[in-house]
Amino acid sequence: MGDFKLMKGNEAVAEAAIRAGCDGYFGYPITPQSEVIEYLMAQQPEKRTGMVVLQAESETASINMLYGGAGAGKRVMTTSSSPGISLMAEGISYMAGAELPCLLMNVVRGGPGLGTIQPSQCDYFQTVKGGGHGDYRMFVIAPASVQEMSDFVKIGFDMAFKYRNPAMILSDGVIGQMMEKVELFDPIPRRTDAEVIAECPWATTGKTPDRERNIITSLDLDSLKQEEHVMHLKAKYEAMQKEVMFENIMTDDAEYIYVAYGSSARICQKAVDMARAEGIKVGLLRPITLYPFPEAELLRLASQVKGMLAVEMSLGQMVEDVRLAVRGKIKVEHYGRVGGMIHSPSQVLEALKSQIIGG
Amino acid sequence: MADVTLDVWKDIITPENQVYRRTPVMTMKELSYCPGCGHGTAHRMLAEVIEEMGIQSETIGIAPVGCSVLAYEFLNFDMQQAAHGRAPALATAIKRLWPNRYVFTYQGDGDLAAIGTAETIHACNRGENIVIIFVNNGIYGMTGGQMAPTTLPGMKTSTSPYGREAILMGNPLRITELVAALPGTYYVSRHSVHKPGNVRKLKKAIRIAFENQKENKGVSFIEVVSNCNSGWKMTPVKSNEWMEENMFPFYPLGDIKVDGKLVREL
Ligand SMILES: Cc1ncc(C[n+]2csc(CCOP(=O)(O)OP(=O)(O)O)c2C)c(N)n1
Ligand code: SF4
Ligand SMILES: [Mg+2]
Repeated sequence: MGDFKLMKGNEAVAEAAIRAGCDGYFGYPITPQSEVIEYLMAQQPEKRTGMVVLQAESETASINMLYGGAGAGKRVMTTSSSPGISLMAEGISYMAGAELPCLLMNVVRGGPGLGTIQPSQCDYFQTVKGGGHGDYRMFVIAPASVQEMSDFVKIGFDMAFKYRNPAMILSDGVIGQMMEKVELFDPIPRRTDAEVIAECPWATTGKTPDRERNIITSLDLDSLKQEEHVMHLKAKYEAMQKEVMFENIMTDDAEYIYVAYGSSARICQKAVDMARAEGIKVGLLRPITLYPFPEAELLRLASQVKGMLAVEMSLGQMVEDVRLAVRGKIKVEHYGRVGGMIHSPSQVLEALKSQIIGG
Repeated sequence: MADVTLDVWKDIITPENQVYRRTPVMTMKELSYCPGCGHGTAHRMLAEVIEEMGIQSETIGIAPVGCSVLAYEFLNFDMQQAAHGRAPALATAIKRLWPNRYVFTYQGDGDLAAIGTAETIHACNRGENIVIIFVNNGIYGMTGGQMAPTTLPGMKTSTSPYGREAILMGNPLRITELVAALPGTYYVSRHSVHKPGNVRKLKKAIRIAFENQKENKGVSFIEVVSNCNSGWKMTPVKSNEWMEENMFPFYPLGDIKVDGKLVREL
């Protein structure tokens, strides 16, 4: 029997962390995601599962706490919003370099700078293309509902450990703050110390006499070896491509499609209904993972539809990947409000008519 | 090389006569430090304490960026290399997630007292149950001898080529006294490795620090005032003399806080 609750997206993530057998959460408050650490502190997960929760002195400290904990084989996690993620950039790069698994969430707000506390999707580039220094990628997954906020915590941890790489839930202020019904998954017990050691033979858990010492580092002063290491990371990112996830909504007979993720996908879904009521054959392709990106599906759709409109609350970031995917076969435009403003379904429908159908 | 199988040696090479041997807690890797640098001796004392306490399999060390970033090449137990300044954050998480392991950081002065000031102060203030070993050579050794927060007034470095001028470049920071003032530190002590007697005192202090951790006492913070003959542009002998004459008056050796109580005015 399901365990149903009415929850905020941020609370669902916090509850899911406890249920996913998370060992440690380290975070620093920032709107619009402070509910995550507030919920955790109120729940006293150290009593429920033995999970450690610590309010760090900064996001810089948080991400480095993750580095330490992940390096010691533990399931660790932090959440933040845009400016905080910028502060974490160095640490994320170090974790990718040292091949450390962790789960991150960015509940995106409008920027640049201090910007606004209102929702936005303007951190796509930062999340999907890098953000920190060096050649690295994260597994990036974008929830469009409170249910997915909960479910993706589990997927995020699984991917992080499968690829020994940071995984990021790219959310936004809408999904983080809104309340919806959520079916909570059954708790997964935290691993015992022996299970951690068995699952992570590479981790710094204490050098027992039966093995060589373990070292967690991203450093290699020998360029040839460093090149080898970066090529090894590349192979991992290539292997990660098979994890791509997307959702087709009414694309079968569509002549035009929206491409949108997260809260924009929810808005586009409404616009699809409105367009269909007017007799326009519109569909929606919702990328669920942003890295890997559903390139093949977009290319396939490009031979079926006349045009695509990428809808995102930004000046146009994901649209670049949509254009790359369709290889110039069809027209791809971008529409989106910025600065914390949220486009309405009718604005999105208007944009499709003016920029794609009539344009 | 003498052939140790020769009969003449057999009465000499006996356990009673042994005065020196390598510790298995250090690897066979040749140290990469400049000849005369204090880092190697500090490593060695740490390794000896870990050997004597029999905690090699329970120890997790952290060395951030600085000349000792390669400490993991020389220390024979599990180690993590941290971003510049962040070792206390790593240590915080590791110790909280593995409370039955011994966790220490090994940090330079640029690392601990400049870029990592926030992590240092907050780990100390929270009273994390860790050991911090702070090697203060008054300079950024690794990057080629730039001014550090600990650089003495008048001292020449590559970014204070005419000498550190306090009014323009700030005053040297006694961060050890600063952390001693925080309730989370239990043991704070300053040492050196330039003479055998001082080396022995450092070893004793490291032992106290790890024993404190065994009893969950909070932060044990040990400063090692050391030389950087390359950065200071002095011979090893000269750098040790200079250190005694200039560094020790500003960074006086000895205990500052013992059993959670200040034993010296800050
Ligand atoms: C974010 C960042 N900034 C700057 C550096 C360059 N850097 C490496 S080591 C170092 C100074 C190290 O000095 P210290 O901590 O005193 O160690 P020492 O080499 O003197 O033992 C600097 C500035 C870096 N690696 N990372
Ligand atoms: S540069 Fe200075 S601190 Fe670094 S190894 Fe050489 S003497 Fe030691
Ligand atoms: Mg230094």
